[in-house]
Amino acid sequence: MDYHSPASFAEASALAANATGITRFLAGGTDVLVQLRSELVTPDTLIDIKKIDGVRDINSNADGSWTLGVAATGADMSEHLELGRDWPGVVEAMDLIGSTQVQGRATLTGNLCNGSPAADSVPAMVAAGVTVTVTGPDGDREVAVEDIPTGPGRTSLAKGELISAVHIPARGDNGGDAYLRFIPRTEMDIAVVGVGVSLRLDGDTVTEARVSLGAVAPTVLLVEDCAKAIIGSALDDVSLDALAAAASAACNPIDDKRGTIEFRTEVAGVLAKRAAKIAYARAKGEEA
Amino acid sequence: MALDDRKTQFTFVGTRPDRPDGLDKVTGRAKFGADVSAPGMLHGAILRSPHAHARIVKIDTSQAEAHKDVKAVVTRADFAEVPFKPGLEGEFWNVLENVMAGEKALYDGHAVAAVAATSALAARDALKLIEVEYEVLPHVTDVDKAMEPDAPVLREGAADYSVPEGMHPNVVRYHESGHGDVEAGFAEADLIIEDSFVTEATHQGYIEPHACLGMLGNDGKGELWCTTQGHWIAQKTCAALLGIETSQLRVTASEIGGGFGGKTTVFIEPVALALSRKANRPVKLVMTRSEVFRATGPTSSASMDIKIGMKKDGTISAAQGVFRLQGGAFPGAPGDMTAMCAFAPYNLTNVSQIGYDVMANRPKQAAYRAPGAPMGAFAVESVIDELCKKLGLDPIEVRLKNAAHEGTKASYGPTYERIGLVETLEAAKAHPHYSAPLKPGQGRGISCGFWFNHGGETSVSLALSEDGSAQLMVGTPDIGGSRASMALMAAEVLGIPYENIRVTVADTATLGYNDVSHGSRVTYASGLATIKAAKHAVEKLCERAAASWGIPADAVKWENGCAVPSGPNAGDFDPRPLADITAHMGQTGGPISGHFEATPEGAGVSFGTHIVDAEVDPETGKTAITRYTVIQDAGKAIHPTYVEGQYQGGAAQGIGWALNEEYIYGEDGRLQNSIFLDYRIPVASDLPMIDTVIVEVPNPGHPFGVRGVGETGIVPPLAAIANAVSHAAGVRMKQLPMSPPRILAALKDNG
Amino acid sequence: MSKFHVSTTVNGDAVDYLCDPRETLLDCLRDKLNLTGAKEGCGTGDCGACSVTVDGRLVCSCLMLGVEADGKQIETVEGIAEGDVLHPLQKKFIEHAALQCGICTPGILVAAKSLLEKNPNPTEEEARYWLAGNLCRCTGYDKIIRAVMETAEELREAS
Repeated sequence: MDYHSPASFAEASALAANATGITRFLAGGTDVLVQLRSELVTPDTLIDIKKIDGVRDINSNADGSWTLGVAATGADMSEHLELGRDWPGVVEAMDLIGSTQVQGRATLTGNLCNGSPAADSVPAMVAAGVTVTVTGPDGDREVAVEDIPTGPGRTSLAKGELISAVHIPARGDNGGDAYLRFIPRTEMDIAVVGVGVSLRLDGDTVTEARVSLGAVAPTVLLVEDCAKAIIGSALDDVSLDALAAAASAACNPIDDKRGTIEFRTEVAGVLAKRAAKIAYARAKGEEA
Repeated sequence: MALDDRKTQFTFVGTRPDRPDGLDKVTGRAKFGADVSAPGMLHGAILRSPHAHARIVKIDTSQAEAHKDVKAVVTRADFAEVPFKPGLEGEFWNVLENVMAGEKALYDGHAVAAVAATSALAARDALKLIEVEYEVLPHVTDVDKAMEPDAPVLREGAADYSVPEGMHPNVVRYHESGHGDVEAGFAEADLIIEDSFVTEATHQGYIEPHACLGMLGNDGKGELWCTTQGHWIAQKTCAALLGIETSQLRVTASEIGGGFGGKTTVFIEPVALALSRKANRPVKLVMTRSEVFRATGPTSSASMDIKIGMKKDGTISAAQGVFRLQGGAFPGAPGDMTAMCAFAPYNLTNVSQIGYDVMANRPKQAAYRAPGAPMGAFAVESVIDELCKKLGLDPIEVRLKNAAHEGTKASYGPTYERIGLVETLEAAKAHPHYSAPLKPGQGRGISCGFWFNHGGETSVSLALSEDGSAQLMVGTPDIGGSRASMALMAAEVLGIPYENIRVTVADTATLGYNDVSHGSRVTYASGLATIKAAKHAVEKLCERAAASWGIPADAVKWENGCAVPSGPNAGDFDPRPLADITAHMGQTGGPISGHFEATPEGAGVSFGTHIVDAEVDPETGKTAITRYTVIQDAGKAIHPTYVEGQYQGGAAQGIGWALNEEYIYGEDGRLQNSIFLDYRIPVASDLPMIDTVIVEVPNPGHPFGVRGVGETGIVPPLAAIANAVSHAAGVRMKQLPMSPPRILAALKDNG
Repeated sequence: MSKFHVSTTVNGDAVDYLCDPRETLLDCLRDKLNLTGAKEGCGTGDCGACSVTVDGRLVCSCLMLGVEADGKQIETVEGIAEGDVLHPLQKKFIEHAALQCGICTPGILVAAKSLLEKNPNPTEEEARYWLAGNLCRCTGYDKIIRAVMETAEELREAS
């Protein structure tokens, strides 16, 4: 295995473009090292992007949006109070991944590029409308988070491409987000179901919503029917039931060691309701 | 064993001093299995079968052997010929077959070859150079399916004499016991409940993977360092598997990072020695976590049928159980233990129990804390709970009504001596937990549990130093603070401070044979041996004092660490403290030591009663344990803090077993969850504080009244939690683990 | 592939080692620097027995490559005591019998110290969640949590 620690994304991209065999980028390494150790994936080329300037930065932009470096860790995010005030759902979703120790290393970008349908941060990012900059041999392009994963362990990134920045939109007024997942324990598990909700209110009425489901299909889903179920409502019981039904209907899960089809389908609806209520309360400025 | 001068008033016993090895263990200094190295050391790695059941057609090691970094490759041919015998008579053969596959790979993860190379990475890489040709065979992993007539046969001839004619060859041992007339008993019952229960295999889950460092020359002399619960059994087994003399192999036990029964046998140790013999260099072998799950002992999985009849007043009129245990690809599943323990808490007129030991394509089961007992208790105590519910009776009152006591003929045969079950039930009834209000969505469960406890072969040696300190050598590895309890017991007898006693876990060359640290035997048996060895030394101290005073030895007694005349008639002499006598021992007859070698047989059975509150989320089926109380008879708690620790640890493991831990096999017979991410043991945020009540009903078979406390604590939790969850959810849970998908499905089925 | 020369600081001492890029920081600490206090319980970041801090951040040393440690400040269990004076957590763990077998203890001490440095006044729930990545199979966590909470209280009173 070759190990490189380039000083720029252009250099990293060139290294990957010219590499043969299996290439992996190393950010927090919490997935790459597990795969390496278990000999699931032994890369021929490993490109550590943490020596690139600014990759740990979390910056707020003039328009209220946020730009995160690709090696900013979950712990960095959790300790950033302003980011947490704007996007508590995104920060909490990231924070749910693994242990305190894993939080010291794990990154949003790594969680996204690992391509797991159960990645906790991804439904939260999709709900929040997060985009990423992809740097490749032909320069940079902006891509919505939901367009990165294409299936379990697979992404739309081409050879030589890597994510070089994460962009979280401005929260704006009267907005709130939340992410909930189901795990059998209280910590240290992979999501059996995950639900991200971001919404905006006008008074008591939901005017914008994005609802995203994890671990219930080969990729994280952005479910328009869920959004439709609550837009225009004050999140009354009828709309919440419609939300749950839409979430369950969107599920296309598998039976595996972590959960059954029936369980995932049912619990997706339960969590969608609960997450929507939290996001709604946050949009109203209430504690949740 | 005759016990003289039983003690009831204590100076040291019952106090809570710091453990002697505390400093080493909080500074990272303590040496565990993987923490040593040797000059010229090689690193080993083991190639494992990816198939659940396959004939090994050919193993080609030539490419691996040709690699520059590889110094040895071994397969089954590099081990001794060990005779095959049925059942557990052939245990050396069984262990060898498990350590390195012969003609067939019998489970996913079964070792088929091993290499030693110049680095751990090189060893792992070299495994990829070994080519194994397999002929894949049909497999079976479920216990009930393994007993069906058309089930794949793992091995002909493995069944021992106990198995009735006509059973499938996978049934290898059979147990039947009981007394009275169960049919007559059922006829007297006002209510009979008959039900079936299933538990999945769980792993002991010790955090330290198996690790060893072996060195063996072609002169047949060897050294082995390993993490083990018993280094004498490792010595004996390794010697048999390698064809060397037992005494020529010196085994040293490392500090042990948890065992719970799983480190009572060998897995990698003979392999490291075989590699070392071939390479003529020391070889270190360390398992990965995945290897631990795939190839070391989980518990048995179980399928059980229970029938209990009860009268309206709560009297159990008859009880019957059939327990089918799957123990992997070898004989050993403790169906007999399950059967014998299941009804042991109760004073029954009519009881009948049958246990089966069944082979399947899974790793060889190993002991796990009261092996076999928790499953049976789950099934039996669930039915008793259901009977109480249907008859409107209080579950503790019913258990008190039927509780075994001194003089009860146990369900498994013998008559109980003094036991403490009733005391644990009375303590449970009086505990504030039992009467505390429950919140909506919560349920409360209770259960009793029983374990035999064990004595076992034991050797202890105690030597006094000139300055009056003592060194104590025991042969039972310290899994959970036993050095502290040994020092307390020695201090009690010698009358010198706890801190003046250094306890060492001796290697196999410096002490006589010691059975494994299992069966909750250490504080009982090594403790008894320590007391006897210390008394032996005290006799000599008294003799020296007597000689110096010119009076007979029997005119001297030992009091508060001093030799004193036994009475006014013996003479008027100043007390001679221990250090005063040892200061001159070189001139008065030589070194003073005490020792003990025997097999203590009065272990004293143990009972516990647990109370647990659980809360079930009706929308997701997720369970939270909100309160937990362990009440257990310790006989006499030598170091109460470590007794509490055993209770809490047993409860926590039981919570894991009840709720989320399980071996999950795919259709292909491969284990799907061989890492801690998916084998879900409880984490800190899953658990509440675990309250403990130490009941002390002295064991007549120990000078200080000790009963073992290590194992009983895992017997009640499965049932207690199942009862709590069943009350909270409003539906009887009959399968473990009670994972959220299972509970949610049960809630749906229940409407 | 040739090996990498890594210069790093462990418990305040400047150290160097050569490593294969596939070797983890844990491998390097244990096998190259003979610091065997950190344990490998899983190799997948699920048990926390290999916990160390890197530039003040709590991590699993099995989830970091040895080559990534170049230029970092690493603290392990061997560095918790100051000379012959044990850290209050170490004393409290012995006093409370917050260890049985002791294999998880080094990782738990490193993690608990990191908790108290970041949050001197944790709730029991915060302590339990902070330590959720440190598996203990012996104790049921009861005495560990009590030891951590009591140490936190004593440290607050002392400061």
